[in-house]
Amino acid sequence: MNSTFLTNIFRFILLLAIQVVIFNHFDFLKYINPYPYILFILLYPVNGNRYGLLLASFFLGLFMDMFSDSGGVHAAGCVTLAYFRPAFFKFSFGLSYEYQTVRINDRLTPERFSFLLISVLTHHLILFLLEIFRFSFFWDILLRTFLSSIFTLILCISLIYLFKPVKK
Amino acid sequence: MLFLLLLGISLLLTIQSHSYHRSKVINSANGITGGVYEKIHSFYEFMNLKSENEGLAAENALLKSLLYNQSDSINKFDQDPLNIENDYVVIQSKVIKNSYSIHENFLTINTGRAKGVKPFMGVVNSKGIVGIVDITSKNYATVVSVLNTKSKINAKIKKSNHFGTLTWNGKNTGFVQLIDIPRLASVKRGDTIVTGAQSVFPENISIGTIHKIYIDTESNLFTMDVKLFNDMTSLGHVYVIENKNREELEELEAQIKDE
Repeated sequence: MNSTFLTNIFRFILLLAIQVVIFNHFDFLKYINPYPYILFILLYPVNGNRYGLLLASFFLGLFMDMFSDSGGVHAAGCVTLAYFRPAFFKFSFGLSYEYQTVRINDRLTPERFSFLLISVLTHHLILFLLEIFRFSFFWDILLRTFLSSIFTLILCISLIYLFKPVKK
Repeated sequence: MLFLLLLGISLLLTIQSHSYHRSKVINSANGITGGVYEKIHSFYEFMNLKSENEGLAAENALLKSLLYNQSDSINKFDQDPLNIENDYVVIQSKVIKNSYSIHENFLTINTGRAKGVKPFMGVVNSKGIVGIVDITSKNYATVVSVLNTKSKINAKIKKSNHFGTLTWNGKNTGFVQLIDIPRLASVKRGDTIVTGAQSVFPENISIGTIHKIYIDTESNLFTMDVKLFNDMTSLGHVYVIENKNREELEELEAQIKDE
């Protein structure tokens, strides 16, 4: 039981709670909701246990599905995001990235932004693809993905800034 | 490997959720989510007390006026969900979680098996229909909203008694679609749509008015946009209606299909 583990549990519960209580009622233009709860997956320690992350993401998504009666769409999106996270790291921070030094919850640099952007887009695309589940709504899926991603991105960045660890 | 396993489970749950009879495991009628929504709702309820009270007072006034104006006992109330003629049991309930932003919307209400709520009961409020009960737990139940692309409700045009099916195209929360109305039906903008033959809902519960009429290119039947009387984005007190004859009716209809 180290402090990282406890921090993650705390983050899991807190993000899930604010998602359900606040952000699910956002309903901008009646149908656009941000999903900043995926910050849990993004902020998970870079050198943390991969299987732990996969399992935690799965249950995070499953809880979201329970609260929004959506079957397994959030779970699928979260698990996929968790699985591809190392690849996104590699893409955003370059091949020479050193796992130990990459920190997401710090000052916003182009690398960090591109990482957040790709992650959010991937998660939302899978989420809306599975939620709507019909190809006749193709443009609707893209539109929702795009608009929701903007909101999620803004909220994610603001939340990171809000809870940024104090500089020593 | 773990990834594929977990992804497989979530996809399975997703596919299950897209069939009308959904997964019995992942739904918001269970104790945890129901309890959380109950807590959240009690806060929102407090904020909306005034408008809720006004709505209930307006409904009381309407019921009173029906009561006082009832000239003879043969005339029955027309659009009154509380009209109990022993065939119907009405259970008072409240929406504790509303959803209207996705394509398959479900509501959660705070009554369940303990109060006699069972799947396939109709849910209405003072303005019109809301949905059909889907899954029940002891104290909570989920409701398939009329704003659900899988929802199919029997409806008719009040004036001409032409029957059709009420569906939703997933686009606008204020409008649902009435499909399969024969071309010979004389319809015009502004006509009232009510629930059809009594099965899940009693007959003649109001739904909305015709907003736009067009002809379906495939079936050559009328399709209409119906403007809902209900504001589905703001729901409070609802009534769950049990039709005691529903099983008998459905048995009979099933017999006809078999022959």
